[in-house]
Amino acid sequence: MDLATRRVTRSTVGKKAVMAVTGVAMVLFLLLHMLGNLKIFVGAEDFDHYAHWLRTIGMPVLPETWFLWIQRVGLLVAVIAHIWSATSLALRARAARPVKYAHRRPVKGSYAARTMRWGGVIIVLFVVYHILDLTTGHLNPVGDRAHPHANVVADFAPERWYVTLFYVLAVVALAFHLRHGVFSALRTLGQHTQSGERRARFFALAVAVVIAAGFLSVPIAVTTGVIQ
Amino acid sequence: MNLTLRIWRQTGPADKGRMVKYRVEDVSPDMSFLEMLDMLNERLTLDGDEPVAFDHDCREGICGMCSLMINGAAHGPERATTTCQLHMRHFADGDTIDIEPWRARAFPVVKDLVVDRTAFDKIIQAGGYISAATGTAPDAHAAPVPKADADAAFEAATCIGCGACVAACPNGSGMLFTAAKVTHLGLLPQGQPERRERVLNMVEAHDDAGFGGCTNTGECTAVCPKGIPLTAIGQLNRDFLKASTTSAR
Repeated sequence: MDLATRRVTRSTVGKKAVMAVTGVAMVLFLLLHMLGNLKIFVGAEDFDHYAHWLRTIGMPVLPETWFLWIQRVGLLVAVIAHIWSATSLALRARAARPVKYAHRRPVKGSYAARTMRWGGVIIVLFVVYHILDLTTGHLNPVGDRAHPHANVVADFAPERWYVTLFYVLAVVALAFHLRHGVFSALRTLGQHTQSGERRARFFALAVAVVIAAGFLSVPIAVTTGVIQ
Repeated sequence: MNLTLRIWRQTGPADKGRMVKYRVEDVSPDMSFLEMLDMLNERLTLDGDEPVAFDHDCREGICGMCSLMINGAAHGPERATTTCQLHMRHFADGDTIDIEPWRARAFPVVKDLVVDRTAFDKIIQAGGYISAATGTAPDAHAAPVPKADADAAFEAATCIGCGACVAACPNGSGMLFTAAKVTHLGLLPQGQPERRERVLNMVEAHDDAGFGGCTNTGECTAVCPKGIPLTAIGQLNRDFLKASTTSAR
């Protein structure tokens, strides 16, 4: 890395920019992932067909599943960079106040803003479980990679309520993370007007609500028997 | 009114420090918070005890010297008010009030409630100036400035550098202060020659001083006695990204 780039990535503002850009990339992925999930309401065959299509994107220019792997590598890089910048800034923040206050008024910031770091940890743990469950199938009761619809239905069956509960909690944590994260990313990337701030906060809330509603609809529909 | 104070006492940088309880009696509701502390110090002096050290200067809310974390809030419970302009009528008879110094690695305690805010001077030295010789006050219309820019620059320029933003920030960040200075100079024509280097150097000085990073929580602007808006940090981020992605001329 040249001197100028190192100066940027070493600075607090530069690290925030890394966090913002990788965060935006992950939000875009989440939106597409959520839209794909909603295919389950169209029908089992359509859902399975969609899941298989994901492996053929880019063909014949790219061999089968290449696009998927390129996207996975991209996401992994984004996740690592996001966690690296967050950890680095969190450690720095801790070091910045070695002596704590004896009396501290409750923080004015939103619940979402205060729980960013632990919320992030919950989301990472969930993503690991989620991949082992519905991508590789190791933790799925069916685990049939040819029939994703069957995997989803078996996963959120009423007797596996704890799986559904974990999923719901993770999505709620994600929604809180996005509510502050999307606003914070826009601010970090240069949003600087008062009217823009109101729009940015509303936009962040809307993204959080839409993503949460989209992701929650599937397990709830399976648990309640709407999808069988 | 009679009050119980719990004040941070620390004899010097090497001392560990502790909260010490004091009673103050017959406090007038019209006194300022600092006058109440003066009253305590007079009594301590007469009793042969060491008076409580605290920073103060103009006592009219414009110099940025007074500080104090009062019941866990920088400059006390009133919005947009410095400690010197905070009056005892905002407290009730019988209250217990906790008084602590600003807490940040970059603001080491000198004694009792006095902290060393040299870190802010270092940030200013890194870019809080313009190099253009401006001479005496020019005619107001000599260098046209759009009204919106002039207003935003003035709003940022009201920062008195007291450090409340750092004291309140959950990350111990000095970004609101740095952003106020960058915005103040960067929006005016006189500030353009150094605009690019200013933001890079001031952020570097900020980081080198040991302040934390900003997480856009908004604690700083909530306690700022001058109400510097959080949008200033957006302006700093914008200038920083622009400066980082363009090469020096």
